[in-house]
Amino acid sequence: MATAQTRTLSRVMMAPAVLVLLIWMIVPLVMTLWFSFQNYSLINPMMTGFAGWANYLYVIGDPSFTQSLVNTLILVGGVLAITVIGGTLLALLLDQPIWGQGILRIIVISPFFVMPPVAALIWKNGFMHPGYGMLGHLWKFFGLQPVDWFNQYPLFSVIVIVAWQWLPFATLILLTALQSLSEEQREAAEMDGANAVNRFRYIILPHMARAITIVILIQTIFLLGIFAEIRVTTGGGPGYASTNLTFLVFRTGILSNDIGAGSAGGVVAVILANIVAIFLMRAVGKNLDA
Amino acid sequence: MARTVPTSTRIGFTALAWIIALILFSPILWVLLTAFKTEAEAIANTPTFFPQNFTLENFGAVQARSDYIKHATNSIIVSVGSTLIGLIIGIPAAWAMAFAPTKRTKDVLMWMLSTKMMPAVGVLIPIYLIFRDLRLLDTVHGLTIIMTLINLPIIIWMLYTYFKEIPVDILEASRMDGAELWNEIVHVLVPMAVPGIASTLLLNVILAWNEAFWTITLTSGRAGTLTAFISSFSSPQGLFLAKLSAASLLAIAPILLMGWFSQKQLVRGLTFGAVK
Repeated sequence: MATAQTRTLSRVMMAPAVLVLLIWMIVPLVMTLWFSFQNYSLINPMMTGFAGWANYLYVIGDPSFTQSLVNTLILVGGVLAITVIGGTLLALLLDQPIWGQGILRIIVISPFFVMPPVAALIWKNGFMHPGYGMLGHLWKFFGLQPVDWFNQYPLFSVIVIVAWQWLPFATLILLTALQSLSEEQREAAEMDGANAVNRFRYIILPHMARAITIVILIQTIFLLGIFAEIRVTTGGGPGYASTNLTFLVFRTGILSNDIGAGSAGGVVAVILANIVAIFLMRAVGKNLDA
Repeated sequence: MARTVPTSTRIGFTALAWIIALILFSPILWVLLTAFKTEAEAIANTPTFFPQNFTLENFGAVQARSDYIKHATNSIIVSVGSTLIGLIIGIPAAWAMAFAPTKRTKDVLMWMLSTKMMPAVGVLIPIYLIFRDLRLLDTVHGLTIIMTLINLPIIIWMLYTYFKEIPVDILEASRMDGAELWNEIVHVLVPMAVPGIASTLLLNVILAWNEAFWTITLTSGRAGTLTAFISSFSSPQGLFLAKLSAASLLAIAPILLMGWFSQKQLVRGLTFGAVK
């Protein structure tokens, strides 16, 4: 039914979007690739020319790279574990017949709307500061020594902040999925004598599988790029203790002005993200068709 | 129909849910209360709950120190501007894909989504250098361009899922009646598409408002948005909590209110229509 005319028209309508995204995807990426093989430092303009694999060897060979890579995986994995498990439990709780469900939904989703630097600074100064933070007061109340969170457990502290931002997201989406499960199905399972654990395992969990996949996919996209939370709290430190790949590239390229090495780090980050993305897109593609 | 449970169970679940919700909400509550305290009260050894000497002076101090109004204006221009440009580019594309799909439409959509997978840091350095050479660093329009590009895939996906639910029969019928394409768009499609476009707009303003990678790396003084404004409060500590809270409250309040109103649309928008 699509005539040649409508086909041309729809191509014209799609052209600006496709063109803009194509340029956005290709041009900077090619430049990053190009820079990654160049000697290019803003501090030392005399150093120019083809660098071969030197930038990659420099970046990957540096202990900070391995640490940043491990930190990235711990950060993404830790936040995913907390938000998916916590979100599932919280969604199950909010799905119970409770008073004030509507208000609770609004209260629980709120942290998601707090911009990352605000979230990080509230936690850093208002809660995790050993002197006047609320957690410090709480520790003192129980007669404990207040913890200097960002110095003693820098990466863990960042995970807590990021998890606080994303738990509401997971909860809201899983709750929405849960509420679309038909009442009859649950009642039928109850009638058949399935206990709570079995109902969760055989009825609820399969029903939520798709929503959980999507939560993991979307969060991973955002979590690989965590930046502001680190920037305003630890600055990646102490040392490289809370530096992820994103922050490492920022440190190398922008703060230390080493364009070549920073670009090599950027390329590595893109490759890693794509490995993750291929698996996720495959999972989502499967789930979206069903 | 609500399930029937014993009242005691219901009270138990309700109490547990409220306790957890309030713990999650406590950082926001802390900001809300501390913003109206004096600095001395904010760092008192025995913390107070409600402000004992209610004061508004923190807000004035924050405006004087970091110019909230300027940063908020930048945030509004960038988030609303990038969303509107995104809609102008995205609406025709989503319309075409929803109503004249071809074999490749799904691939195109997946490809657009995949551009979101590219970590921002992978292109940070070229963008930084291009911006430096074109004198776009620390400009509001430069930031708006970037924000448009990073949110365009989401805008198109969201619009696509909304447009797909508009029954094609209605369009066919209007076509039968000899309606011109333009009329078809203005009188038939737009009224049915407005709710979807509105929630796309709302969600993208929220996302752009809270974006904190490009806004921090590409701006300094002039074009700084609220994310940059708040980051300027990261270094000094001590007699500072009340002002930090006032600044935080000013930065998050507008979007928090918008978020509360749009939370029903949020799930569907953020999951690209996969969870409704």
